[in-house]
Amino acid sequence: MAITYTSGEQVEVYRFSLPATVLIPLTAVFLQAWLPLRFHFFSVFDLPLLVTIGFATARRSPLTGLLTGSFIGILQDALTHHPIGLYGISLTVVGFGASSLGIKLDVENAGARFLLTIFFYVVHEIVYFTIARGLIGLRMASSWPHEVWSGVANAMLGVLIFMLLDRVKQRT
Amino acid sequence: MDVLGRYRNLIVLVGVLFAQILGLAVQVRRTTDAEPTRLIRIWAVDAITPPEKVLVWVETSTSSVWHNYFYLRGVRAENRDLKQQIERMSLEQVRMSQDADQARRLQALLAFKEQFISQTMAAQVIGSSGSELSRSVYIDKGEGSGIKPDMAVITADGIVGKVLRVYGATSLVLLINDQTSGVGALLDKTRLQGILRGTPAGEVVLEKVMSDETVPVGEMVLTSGGDGIFPKGLLVGRVTKAAPGSDLFLNIRVRPAADLSKLEEVLVVTKIDERQAEPDQTGATRAVDILAERLPGVPAKPPDAAKAGGEGTAPATGTGSESKRKAAVPPASAGSAAPGARTTSAPKATATAGDATKVPPQPVKAAVEPKPQPDVEDSPH
Repeated sequence: MAITYTSGEQVEVYRFSLPATVLIPLTAVFLQAWLPLRFHFFSVFDLPLLVTIGFATARRSPLTGLLTGSFIGILQDALTHHPIGLYGISLTVVGFGASSLGIKLDVENAGARFLLTIFFYVVHEIVYFTIARGLIGLRMASSWPHEVWSGVANAMLGVLIFMLLDRVKQRT
Repeated sequence: MDVLGRYRNLIVLVGVLFAQILGLAVQVRRTTDAEPTRLIRIWAVDAITPPEKVLVWVETSTSSVWHNYFYLRGVRAENRDLKQQIERMSLEQVRMSQDADQARRLQALLAFKEQFISQTMAAQVIGSSGSELSRSVYIDKGEGSGIKPDMAVITADGIVGKVLRVYGATSLVLLINDQTSGVGALLDKTRLQGILRGTPAGEVVLEKVMSDETVPVGEMVLTSGGDGIFPKGLLVGRVTKAAPGSDLFLNIRVRPAADLSKLEEVLVVTKIDERQAEPDQTGATRAVDILAERLPGVPAKPPDAAKAGGEGTAPATGTGSESKRKAAVPPASAGSAAPGARTTSAPKATATAGDATKVPPQPVKAAVEPKPQPDVEDSPH
């Protein structure tokens, strides 16, 4: 459960195969677009965000993390009717932050992943809402109970997704 | 150089963020209806929607096989219920047909122009935008099927939204509960007009109705036609709450008639006709004809009996002179042939007299033959 500080030498860095690098984000965006239509409660989850955090913490490379986040975010933006860049900016920040934190912390256990996901969920919401309100002028329905519940739900799903990602990641 | 290497990640982060913010600002500034769809959107849609189409196809096919071949329990009972429903609706149609006739006559007198949905295209909802802040769905019909931006999208229950972007084989539909959507709407009974908007929470509100007006909960909200997208009179939903707002306007919450969270099949309105109402719509079914079909028929009298019937009785079959029959049978629009219908209002009488010669001869239904009308029958020609 504890998040422990680790030195750079102790941290293991993983990579993903090309099919996994391309197909997993695409599948996440696809499921995010399709599942809420069939199961309305699923709209509380944010699969692209969870995949971004999962990739970033496994690779532990800020550069790759921010580029992965940027790619996934722009893909997510392209499906909405809002200008492209809202999710892009937000997930770029999350990708960079998660991979940077992944270098410093041991995020291999479920408890650490749970807390990390909640933290980056909040970061994502703050960045996204700030950009959406400041640049696009969108109004937000901010409800703290809803945000807390969403954060916890995403963190729980995130732990499961990270376990799945563990199966496809390769040690460098 | 060493500094660049040391802060390389941070510099790339700032660069990527700056590029995206710049791109965002440019898009916000240039956003117009005529803006072409960006290539990146086309790529994303082309990557995501084909699997969605396949999944929806598999889902509907499986469902169809199950419901049409295996799961037939309760079909007889359902069939019986539906027949009863048809009976009820047919009677309702009789009443509404008369109302419609009357409305057409009045509209013709006032030279009203009506909008009619003349062509629709059924489409399957295959996916959503995947964002809570972008309440929109993708349908499986696009440019290749003749879909164009700003076409209205409806269901049998009520309106859904409008086509926002059109791709080759798919289209993006903006739902009415999105905060960027706006629909001209009016309240059914009070006829108050307002603008229907979505909220960030996905609810629908009717704005711009003055706070000194009274809006009852449960009142139907219809499209007003003022937005140029939805034809007038389509059902939007019902008022669930009406309270004074912080400004001069009422805060009216509307529950959409169509379930926007469970959309499966929709209709895209591909053609809307606008024409002036005519008092006599050829092809329109008269209430009297509907009744005649439903009521037990009275056998036609033999010619001798018809002659013996005396003056003033309209012939049951076409035995009378053509000119007399024209006068004896009121035009369809008049609606006076229906038992109990009133024909005494002045405008109505004027319209009837004016149209009598234009109306083609119509067979008289024996079963619902009105009482003799000597004043019409004996009128000079």
